[in-house]
Amino acid sequence: MAGAAAVLHGSADHAARFESKAATREPGLVKWGLIAISLSFFAFFLLLPLVAVFVEAFRKGWETYFNALVDPDAVSAIKLTLLAAAISVPLNLVFGVAAAWSITKFDFRGKHFLITLIDLPFSVSPVVSGLIYVLVFGAQGWFGPWLSDNDVKVIFAVPGIVLATVFVTFPFVARELIPLMEAQGKEEEEAAVVLGAKGWQTFWHVTLPNIKWGLMYGVILCNARAMGEFGAVSVVSGHIRGYTNTMPLHVEILYNEYQFAAAFAVASVLALLAIVTLVIKVWVERQAGKAATVSEDE
Amino acid sequence: MSIEVKNIHKQFGSFTALQDVSLDFPTGELVALLGPSGCGKTTLLRIIAGLESADSGQVLLEGQDASDTHVRERQVGFVFQHYALFRHMTVFDNVAFGMRMKPRSVRPSEKAIKAKVTELLKLVQLDWVADRFPAQLSGGQRQRIALARALAVEPRVLLLDEPFGALDAKVRKELRRWLRRLHDELHITSIFVTHDQEEALEVADRVVLMDHGKVEQVGTPEEVYRHPASPFVYGFLGSVNLFHGRVDGGVVHVGDDRLATGKVDLAHGSEVFAFARPHELTIVVDSREAGGVAARISRILAFGVTARIELDGLNGSTGQLFEVEITRDEVQRLGLEEGQTVRLVPSRLRVFERNAAASGASQAPNWVI
Repeated sequence: MAGAAAVLHGSADHAARFESKAATREPGLVKWGLIAISLSFFAFFLLLPLVAVFVEAFRKGWETYFNALVDPDAVSAIKLTLLAAAISVPLNLVFGVAAAWSITKFDFRGKHFLITLIDLPFSVSPVVSGLIYVLVFGAQGWFGPWLSDNDVKVIFAVPGIVLATVFVTFPFVARELIPLMEAQGKEEEEAAVVLGAKGWQTFWHVTLPNIKWGLMYGVILCNARAMGEFGAVSVVSGHIRGYTNTMPLHVEILYNEYQFAAAFAVASVLALLAIVTLVIKVWVERQAGKAATVSEDE
Repeated sequence: MSIEVKNIHKQFGSFTALQDVSLDFPTGELVALLGPSGCGKTTLLRIIAGLESADSGQVLLEGQDASDTHVRERQVGFVFQHYALFRHMTVFDNVAFGMRMKPRSVRPSEKAIKAKVTELLKLVQLDWVADRFPAQLSGGQRQRIALARALAVEPRVLLLDEPFGALDAKVRKELRRWLRRLHDELHITSIFVTHDQEEALEVADRVVLMDHGKVEQVGTPEEVYRHPASPFVYGFLGSVNLFHGRVDGGVVHVGDDRLATGKVDLAHGSEVFAFARPHELTIVVDSREAGGVAARISRILAFGVTARIELDGLNGSTGQLFEVEITRDEVQRLGLEEGQTVRLVPSRLRVFERNAAASGASQAPNWVI
């Protein structure tokens, strides 16, 4: 019931069903061949680099690792990354729910256009997204002169980074919710209204509990991308150390200065954040899966 | 509370769902809106509830125009076809929902809510499932919970959209009787939508027959079954045998065959549809006897109390299928066999002029129930 989250979780049970039926059971060669391919692919392209990050980070010992992380520039990069995520995730949460709500519950002109627009950040290269903001808010951009007259800095400052992050992480929540809310229909909301519930009561007591897990899943993906974004942020940041460097940018700078251990140390923190996100994601999927099995015979 | 709808018109794109529908529902009755799918019955129900708005026309609740009243102020109870129970809430919370959503000033205390919910769950005989979730209930149980939830806000009218549509035959029958008893206890004005004629005739005080967005007939179950006002109603309520023919005095000519009809107020030579129910046809084996329509027995189904005989029309009604219901004794007495040629003589025949269907219904009268 909770969209992709539940579907992913449910796949394990489906597999058992295929295995137990003679008609759909594949020969051992095919089975083990496919498993071997996917596992070796996973090991070579995903696991090996991840291990490499940690190995490289600790190559020069704990002390170097620790120093790289408490370096003021690194601390400021970590802070900025967390700040950008802390601003863009709630913004996209609100936007995503509003967009999914309006697309699934109302009929209006330009609905398909809106759906296409939501996907835009996925299809456009992040560098281009960054460039858009430079062209709009930069010194030579449309609002550049007005902004500099009023002493507002957007490009090469924190607002620009936040803007770019918001743009790139825009679709995650909405994309997760739209199919879910479409599948659920509007009967429960209608029932609530007939029973006398006001708009916000209906949303709070009926709609939100039904999309809870899908929403969480979208937020997690959104957060992962917000913390890891490089391209768009790189264009608008200006790479000012201690001011406008996020963690991915900081890693790149360190690497370019041949400070490999430090670069990998910061990268390992990013990787850790990603792993934590994944663990939360798996937990959410479990919960959504449980919710789905409860309401399976609906 | 009485409900009146006046000249309701509703269009979905190029599809006309309701055409100038006017109906009066008096207080305390259980009325069925009956018709094939797509006839506009659900749309009408949703318009009365306020879930849908009519393009033109009025809905009067107790004589007051409710067209501008929001659903939540109309005080209607609505039971959805697929129940629409809140899946993340227990049965108790589902039933309590309407009371808990009231503004603080008029909201009953949690204690009063608990008492009311328990009372309602007892009424629908499901007080033992209060802590379960909707997914843990059977279809019939969910339907009853949906009803309890609708009743919790003390609605002035109860509207049910295909209340038994998604249930299996046995549960349907049980719930039908149960709904009738419940209505006799509560006497709340109720309208339910159904496409099942048996259900409508069995449960309702009055039946409203609808087709293509128009009201075809209104009456008690007996009236509409015994005296169908149009070919559509005749065909929709129960199985029926149809003869195409031409009127000539007290006789309908079907090809070379003749059916006696008694007095008919139709011009000589008008094209007609003549209807007879399966039990209103007599099988005549004696070939010397005149009158009736010739037919060949194709199948004899004699496993019930009554036997069903299926026949293929001959002569004037070639290509048509007829169905006759007689007792099994009668089958033996007549010595009927498959392949035999017999004559069908109606004991009762209802004749409709062929073009009347189009001209008669366009007046759109205000049907008073």
